[in-house]
Amino acid sequence: MRAPRTLLDKVWDAHVVRELEDGRTLIYIDRHLVHEVTSPQAFEGLRLSGRKVRRPDLTIATVDHNVPTSPNRHLPIADPLARQQVETLRDNAVAFGVPLYDFDSGKQGIVHVIGPELGLTLPGTTIVCGDSHTSTHGAFGALAFGIGTSEVEHVLATQCLAQSKPKAMRVTFTGTLSNGVTAKDVALALMGRLGVSGGSGHALELAGPLIDSLSMEQRMTICNMSIEAGARSAMIAPDQTTISFLEGRLHAPKGADWTAAVAKWKELKSDPGARFDAEVTIDVAELAPLVTWGTRPDMVGPVTGRVPDPKDAASEGDARAMERALTYMGLTPGMAIEDVPVDRVFIGSCTNARIEDLRSAASVAKGHHVNTRVRAMVVPGSQKVKLDAEREGLDKIFAAAGFEWREPGCSMCLGMNDDVLGEGERCASTSNRNFEGRQGSGGRTHLVSPAMAAAAAIEGRFTDVRQWEYR
Amino acid sequence: MAGREPFRQHRGRVAPLKRNHVDTDQIIPKQFLKRIERSGFGPFLFHDWKKDPAFVLNQPRYAGASILVAGVNFGCGSSREHAPWALLDAGFRVVIAPSFADIFRNNAIGNGMLPVALPEAAVEIIFERAAREDGYALDVDLERGEVRDSFGLCEPFTIDSSSRQRLLEGKDEIDLILLHESDITAYERRAEPAL
Repeated sequence: MRAPRTLLDKVWDAHVVRELEDGRTLIYIDRHLVHEVTSPQAFEGLRLSGRKVRRPDLTIATVDHNVPTSPNRHLPIADPLARQQVETLRDNAVAFGVPLYDFDSGKQGIVHVIGPELGLTLPGTTIVCGDSHTSTHGAFGALAFGIGTSEVEHVLATQCLAQSKPKAMRVTFTGTLSNGVTAKDVALALMGRLGVSGGSGHALELAGPLIDSLSMEQRMTICNMSIEAGARSAMIAPDQTTISFLEGRLHAPKGADWTAAVAKWKELKSDPGARFDAEVTIDVAELAPLVTWGTRPDMVGPVTGRVPDPKDAASEGDARAMERALTYMGLTPGMAIEDVPVDRVFIGSCTNARIEDLRSAASVAKGHHVNTRVRAMVVPGSQKVKLDAEREGLDKIFAAAGFEWREPGCSMCLGMNDDVLGEGERCASTSNRNFEGRQGSGGRTHLVSPAMAAAAAIEGRFTDVRQWEYR
Repeated sequence: MAGREPFRQHRGRVAPLKRNHVDTDQIIPKQFLKRIERSGFGPFLFHDWKKDPAFVLNQPRYAGASILVAGVNFGCGSSREHAPWALLDAGFRVVIAPSFADIFRNNAIGNGMLPVALPEAAVEIIFERAAREDGYALDVDLERGEVRDSFGLCEPFTIDSSSRQRLLEGKDEIDLILLHESDITAYERRAEPAL
C-alpha cells in the first residue's frame, strides 16, 4: 500500500517530468501568469537566444504593478519608464503570441485577482508568476509560488522549472471568528505566530474547521500572506466552496470536463496519517482585529493594545530592531494603538481588493464620512471587481463617504505608480507589507483588514471595528 | 540567457550590514524596478538607507567590498530578481548571513552569486573583525565549503548539492532543462487531458 501523502505530495508528484542529476526535480507548470514589471528581461532573453514561448496557451499576461489608477488612464501613461514597461509587455504579447488582458479587455486587474476570477486558477495545478504573492492561488489547492525573472524565462521557454521540493508544514486553525474579525486578522495572526521567516523552506497547508468555514476570498487573503512568513506557497484542500466558486468561470472546464474535474478535485486532500515536517495550531476564538505597529508584518498586535516597549523584547537583537522600527514609524512605547492617528487609507491590493473585501469596507463606511484629516482611496482588484461593486452600488457608498473610487491595479500596495505616501505620512492599509518605504519613501504603513481600514478613515485614527456603529 | 561565470572561490573585502530581515524593498526600492534591462541597478542599491551618511556602504573603509555580511533572513519580501542584480551590479559576489529568504536565495544562485549560510556566532565574529580591522577580507571557497580570514577563522558551510553544482558549473538553466525535451513532450502527452 502506498504511504499516506500530503496535498503537496499529490500535486507535486503529478507534475514531475523527471528527476535531475543535480538533485532537483523538473516539474511541469500548468499556468504562467505574467505582468509588466518582472517579465521584460525574460522576453528579451528569449529574443537574444532565438527561443519561443513554448506554451502561449498556458500563459496569461496582464498589466497591474505600475499602471495608473486614475480615471484618465486610457491616455498614454505620464511616467515614461512605466509607459515603456507596459508598452514592452504589449509588444512582447504580440511578438510571442501570449494572451494579454489589457485595459480594453474588461478583464484587466491584479494578476492574483484575475487568475481565480477567470477560472485560470484550478485545484491540483501548478501556477507560477514573477511575483511573491502567487501563493494566493494555493487557496484553490494549487501549488502556486513566486519566481524570479530568470525563472520566468525558464518557464516561458520550457514550461518547466527545476525545483527542490519544499518541506510541508500544516497550520491548523481552530475556533470561530468574532464579528468584525476577518481573514486578514487571521493572516496577521499567522505572521505573529510564525514570524517573518518561520515558514522558510516550507509549503504551508492551511486546514482546520475555521478554514473550512471561510469563503474563497477569505482563504485567498490568508494564502496571499503566507510569503510574509517566509513560505513560498500555502495550499488549502479544495471543497464544495472551491467548486461552487469556480463553476461557470470563463476558463474553468465545461460540461463533461467539469464533471470529471470535480470528481478528481474531491480526492485532492492530505491522506489521514500523512506526515508533515512541521505542525502548528492556531486558535482564533480570542482573536481581536490586528494592527501592525512596526516595519515587518510580524510586528503586530491587537487594536486594543499598546505600542510595545523594546525593553520587553526577548533579545538584544529584537530590541534593536524594535527601536529602529518605532523610530521609523514615529511611535512611542506604551501609546494606545487606538490613539494612533492616520493620514491616508488604502483599501486594495492582491490581499484585500476582492468583492467581499469591498463589501466589508462599504458596510463600515455607509452613512459615515471620511475624517477631514484623511485621504482615503479604494482600488478594486480588477475591472470585474469594479463592475460588480458598481452593480451593487458600493461605489456610491464609498463616494458618499468621501473615499476615492479608482481603477484597478496594485496601486499603493507597492507605490510603483503615482499612488504613494509622502515622507512621514501614516497609512492604514489593507495590503501585505509594511517594510520601510514600501508605500513611498518615508511612508508609514499599518497593515489592517478592509473593515478596520474603513473605520480608521472615518475616525482619523485606529478604532476597534467590533464596536462599530453600522448605519 | 547565456550561462553564468562559474563560482569556485572568491576573495574580497567585507561590508558588515548588521541588520536582520533585510527585505528586497530596502535592497532595491520599487521606483527603480521600471528598467527593462538586467543591468544598471547598482547605483540604487539600498537607495533609502544610503541617505544616512553613517550607512555602512557610505563609509570609505568599506569601499570596494564584494562580500556583504548581514543578519538573519536576508532578502525577505518580494520575488524581484532586481535585488541580486543590484548587488552584483554594485560589485557583490557573496552574501553571508545566518539564513536567507527562499526566493532571494534562488535568484542569487541563478545569477552566480553565492549565498553562504553561517552560524550566527561566526557572523558575529565577522561583524566584529570587519568593524575593527581596516580592509578586512574573507576567502570564500565553494569547492571546499569554507570561509576563512587571516585571523584564524575557518568556518565550514554547507550548501545543497544542486545549488553547489549550479554555481560551480555556471551552465545555462534553459539548456539544462531542454536536455530533457523528450521527457517534457512525453509529460505533455500524458498530462494534457488534466487541464
